[in-house]
Parts: sequence; C-alpha cells; structure tokens
Amino acid sequence: MPEPQVLPFAARAAGCPFTPAPELYAMQKEEELSRVDVPSPILDTFEAVAVTRYEDARALLSDERLQMGFVFDPDAPRSMLNQPGNLLNYNGADHTRLRRMLTGAFTVKRIRALQPVIEEIVAGRLDALAAAGPGADLISTFCTPIPTLVICELLGVPYADRADFQRRAQVGLDVNATREEHITNLVEMDAYMGELVAAHRRSPGDNLLGAIVRDHGDRLTEDELIGIGNMLLVAGHETTASMLACSSTLLLRHPDQLAVVRDEPAALDGAVEELLRYCSPAITMPREAAEDIELRGRRIRRGERVVLSVLVANRDRALADTDLDTLDVRRAPQPHITFGYGVHQCLGQQLARAELRTALPALFNRFPTLRLAVEPDAIDYRTTALVFSVNTLPVTW
Amino acid sequence: MVLKVEIEEPRCVAAGHCVTAAPEVFDQRETDGVVVLLDAAPPPGAYAHVREAALLCPAAAILLRERDGSA
Repeated sequence: MPEPQVLPFAARAAGCPFTPAPELYAMQKEEELSRVDVPSPILDTFEAVAVTRYEDARALLSDERLQMGFVFDPDAPRSMLNQPGNLLNYNGADHTRLRRMLTGAFTVKRIRALQPVIEEIVAGRLDALAAAGPGADLISTFCTPIPTLVICELLGVPYADRADFQRRAQVGLDVNATREEHITNLVEMDAYMGELVAAHRRSPGDNLLGAIVRDHGDRLTEDELIGIGNMLLVAGHETTASMLACSSTLLLRHPDQLAVVRDEPAALDGAVEELLRYCSPAITMPREAAEDIELRGRRIRRGERVVLSVLVANRDRALADTDLDTLDVRRAPQPHITFGYGVHQCLGQQLARAELRTALPALFNRFPTLRLAVEPDAIDYRTTALVFSVNTLPVTW
Repeated sequence: MVLKVEIEEPRCVAAGHCVTAAPEVFDQRETDGVVVLLDAAPPPGAYAHVREAALLCPAAAILLRERDGSA
C-alpha cells in the first residue's frame, strides 16, 4: 500500500477538518496569483495557477477561454479523464450539444417528480439503521447507500447488481488506487454500463437513462451513452454521500443547528445551502487556459493548468463581514461555488438538493435522540480523496 | 421604477435556479430544461425573486432592465 497522499492544495487546518489550511487564506490575500504543485494519480504531479478568491473563481468559471483540460481523444487510452459522453471532457459547442440532451431530465419539475422515490429510499435506510441498532455506522448504513440507490433508480440498475456497482463507483474516485486499478475499474464500469444501455435500447426503462435513450438515442453512440451513465454515477454518488456524511457530522456536533434542520421546514432550504457552502465536497476544480487570460492585471498563460479551491473561495473573507468559517444554518443567503459556476455548473445540483432536503430532516425526526458514539476528536475524516468525507461515523440513540 | 426581464436563451445551461427563485416568472422547457420566460414585465411583488434569479444564474442568461416608472 502506498502512503495516502494529502492533496496540499486541499489541505485543512490542524485539528479543524472543515477549515482550509492557513496557507490557502494566505494565498487568498496575495495580489499575485500563486502557482502550486498538484499531485494527481493519473497525471502525476502538475503545476497549476492557484485560484482562491471567490470573485476570481466566478470570473474564470464564466470565461470560455478557461476550458476543461481533458478533452476526449478517441485515439488515446480510455480513462476517467478521457471518456466520450462525460460532460467534463467537452468544451464549447460540443459540450452544449451533449448537455442539452441531458438537461431535460434534470429540470426542477422532473426532480420534484422523483420526490416519492427519494422518500422511499430514505425510509428504507432509516429502517436499516433502526435494525442495525445503537452503535451503527451512519456512513455505510445511511449516507453512502442513499445517493447510490437514487442513481441506481435513475439508471435502472437491478437490485442484485447494486453492491458491485457501488464498489466500482468508489474505486473510481480513490486517489490511492494505482493507474492500473483505475484502468481495470473503468473497463468493468464500461462493460456493465454497456449491458444497461443495451437493455434500454431494447426497451427503454421508465427512468432517467431510459428517457435519454428514448429521446436522444438516435443521436448518441453506445460509447457516449456508456460515458453518460458513468458520469451520472461518478458525479452523483460520492459528492452527495459526502454531503450527507459531513452534514450529519456537523449537525450532530451542533445540536442547536440540528434542531433547525429537524423542526423548521421553512428554514430547510437555507440550511442546505449553508451546508453546501461549508462542506464543499468537491474541494478543487481543475481547468486549463486555452488562451492567455488577464485576471486583475495578472496573466494566466495559454496552456497553463488552473486549479480552483472551492473550499476557500466559499469562505472568501472579502465576501462578508461575518465569520464564514463558522457553520450557521440560519445565515442570510451566502453565494457559493460548491456546484461550480458557468456552463459546467453541476447538472445534478437540484437532485443533490432534493436528496439532502429529504434525508437530513427524516434522519433527525426518526431518531430525535441521535448522537455521536465517538468523541469528536476521534471522528475518522477522509482527507486523502478528491472528495472530502467521513469514513465511519458510529452513532447511538 | 419598472423592471423588464429579458433572457438570452442560447446562454442558458438549465441549472434551474430561476425556476426555484421566481417560479411565477420563469419556467423550463420540458425537452431540454432551457429557460422559458413567463412574464417579461412581472409585478413589483416579484422583483426581489427576479433579482435573486438573475444573481444566481451561472450563465448570466437573465438580463434585467430597470426604468423609471414615471417616464
């Protein structure tokens, strides 16, 4: 086993797992743009322009000269970063063409229509938690299965396949897995998704992937449909699981704020936005400058990689007079880039919000005396992955 | 003061913020989620929601024009 590598640009303050490292705040204060080394399991270490200010991040994410650096190349080996159908591998008109085939499935109305499905999945996991009894691990019983099961419903994954499905999703995001493990895993994911797509081609299921095959299947290749399925899984699974895990951890440590989420439906939307801002599960976003870009009189050169810290940009001290390092679920609306910004802003963000709005109050209503079964200092945070989270969280009631 | 709403449809990325912020003014096209403007001259009671929608739009696809109502 190689030593887990902490991504330095995603570093946290000592003893404060939710707080960015002081070095990130120091970079935010500097007028000059910093260059940092970013370790990557796929690209090895690369140098990138570090973006830590909220206004810089928004300006750059809205700038079409700043692109996804990993454009699909059919002649290069297939990898997580080189896959047809994955929106993160496209720019410009190619991206718009693909995105507009998917956005119809993620409208506010379509997500609202999924509410009964989400509620049923959440109720099932609450039953599982009750059956496991005090001392159960909230992560493996509740936080991780909910988004996986929602994605399984959207893709039409049969129940018997779901454990393998979840395992592959986790390997796909593990920065400690080797390049060979990533390639093998992607071959397995492609093979499984190919079977699902073929089944939808024969008879489109009454679910999201079935609808995409039915409505746009004549304009999408098999490879693109497989990539779309993989993207929905990878993008929708780990980030939402992390949000449930981090939100539960934070709220159990702040019972007054937990009470707001549990008892005040009118305050719930604001509370969820604050948790999204504060947790920033996708800690960083990588990009590449397709042309020279001037930013506040500083130059980002064509071809340079750029990495944005969502974590510290969401707490930019230029944004508010108040302390943005404190969680406050009653906070007045505070803008955040947890879902990104610009044309690539998260396709599934309304689904993620629906899952959080449903699962969190349901958990605390079903188990009103829920509390941590470990000391706060002993919580096992996951700081080594691309998505920050909590590994295990024993709870009791 | 009168508020007029315009949309730049090609810019829309269908994130859905406008529909949640101001459902009385914005909807989404069923096929691709692209914004549909329901009311280009909303009543003053909707102004706060419309401004929030324009602020949240990640693609700057909502344009607000404010005019002096007496003019």
